[in-house]
Amino acid sequence: MKSFIEYIVSIFKGLWTLLIGMKVTGKYFFTPWKNVTQQYPENREKLVMFERFRGEVIMLHNENNEHSCNGCGICEINCPNGSIEIISKSILTADGKKKRIIDQHIYHLGMCTFCNLCVKACPSGALAMGQNFEHAVWDRSLLTKVLNQEGSTIAENVKEE
Amino acid sequence: MGFNFYDFTALTHNIHVGLVEGFSPFMATTLEWVIVGTAYLLFVALFGLLLVYAERKVCAAFQQRLGPMRVGYWGLLQTIADFIKLLMKELIMPRKADRFLYNLAPFIVIIASFLAIAVIPFAPGLQSLDFDIGLFYLTSVSSVGVIGILLAGWSSNNKYSLIGAMRSGAQILSYELSVSLSLLTMIIFAGSMQFSTIVEGQRDGWYLFTGHIPSLVAFIVFLIAGTAETNRGPFDLAEAESELTAGFHTEYSGIKFAFFFLAEYINLFIISAVAATVFLGGWMPLHFGHLEAFNHAMDVIPPLVWFFLKVFGVIFIIMWFKWTFPRLRVDQILTLEWKYLLPINLINILLMALIVLTKFHF
Repeated sequence: MKSFIEYIVSIFKGLWTLLIGMKVTGKYFFTPWKNVTQQYPENREKLVMFERFRGEVIMLHNENNEHSCNGCGICEINCPNGSIEIISKSILTADGKKKRIIDQHIYHLGMCTFCNLCVKACPSGALAMGQNFEHAVWDRSLLTKVLNQEGSTIAENVKEE
Repeated sequence: MGFNFYDFTALTHNIHVGLVEGFSPFMATTLEWVIVGTAYLLFVALFGLLLVYAERKVCAAFQQRLGPMRVGYWGLLQTIADFIKLLMKELIMPRKADRFLYNLAPFIVIIASFLAIAVIPFAPGLQSLDFDIGLFYLTSVSSVGVIGILLAGWSSNNKYSLIGAMRSGAQILSYELSVSLSLLTMIIFAGSMQFSTIVEGQRDGWYLFTGHIPSLVAFIVFLIAGTAETNRGPFDLAEAESELTAGFHTEYSGIKFAFFFLAEYINLFIISAVAATVFLGGWMPLHFGHLEAFNHAMDVIPPLVWFFLKVFGVIFIIMWFKWTFPRLRVDQILTLEWKYLLPINLINILLMALIVLTKFHF
């Protein structure tokens, strides 16, 4: 008798759980304005990528065209597939000392796997992940980029190497 | 030749008379066959394409996607493009396959669907066969399809096909029982197996309402068993992609694959049409016993529109099942049928018989 009651209960319980599942998908069906599909080329103008999206490695510059890269090369060491090359140069500071600073921070986008290790490793927070993802070019050489902008200098408050 | 959108009897009768007057009896009959056959072929092809499109759109909406959007306005031409692609595909013959059975199997499946569709009443006068054993005929020919599935699996010389076909066979043979028993419940209530009588009997209210509890139970059982009958999810273990690639039609390509694909959707239509006819009144508009004004207002909508509204309603529910529930295991499928649906069905038939005897219905 007890098992018979359990049998009857299991029928209704089963039906009830099925209805709960149908309620969930039904809610999705009847709220089509919540669809997640992005129709890419059409919505290109107003498409906003999410915050943690990794499009490319960029070097942050402030409004005075200053970056915080001191050319230490830690990102180059940390890059697992050699996408980063640091070319440094020596300059004479005002007090007559020799100082090594960044000349060109070369970034090979074509080799990058967007693993984020360079950004994590950078001690001065000079690198970041950009949101741009439209990287298609006609020539492979265009994928090699110089991250520090033309004529940029190192910011005052960045600690020395 | 008057064209009446509410009753096609005059139209079909006029065509018949015109043919008999214009041609010899033999030619007239042949021409009628050709006309009816072409009509069904066109309907099946177009409706199959429409159903594939609807399935993709409905599935997308259930998963918060948009579905096909690129080919044509809102992707309307997508299935036509797919179909053209399928027609141009190479027909591959697996090595050591049983050539004759391999080629025969898709035709058996699709012929079973065509045989079943013949008895479905679309509107008054739009039904090519009105047997007095209509429902019995329908259940028997729709189970012929399983032979095609078994042959396809066996002749492909592929273990996945064979396992898929065997699963499909076990499943369809079991659930055939539930479909027939739930239909039997309604036959007891309607007192007839003839489709026209069943539809006519629902003039004052659909059987789903007038038969109250047993009808409702039979309807739910029919929906579950019908979904299993068409090999659709959550009962799609015959073609479980993650286990058996595509099941019995793994080795088929091109137009032969399209036949299986089309047959699956036509079976979906047949199951929905039977559910709509037996439980929801077929082409009969929504009537409530004595509300004359309401009944007249409902009569304005043509029967053909009513029929397709109901069919699409049932199809939507079955699609809702497919895109909500996870797939059942083989043992779970058989448990559901033999331990749950069958006893419920048997008790339900007794209940229905009691209700008919005591006239405890509306």
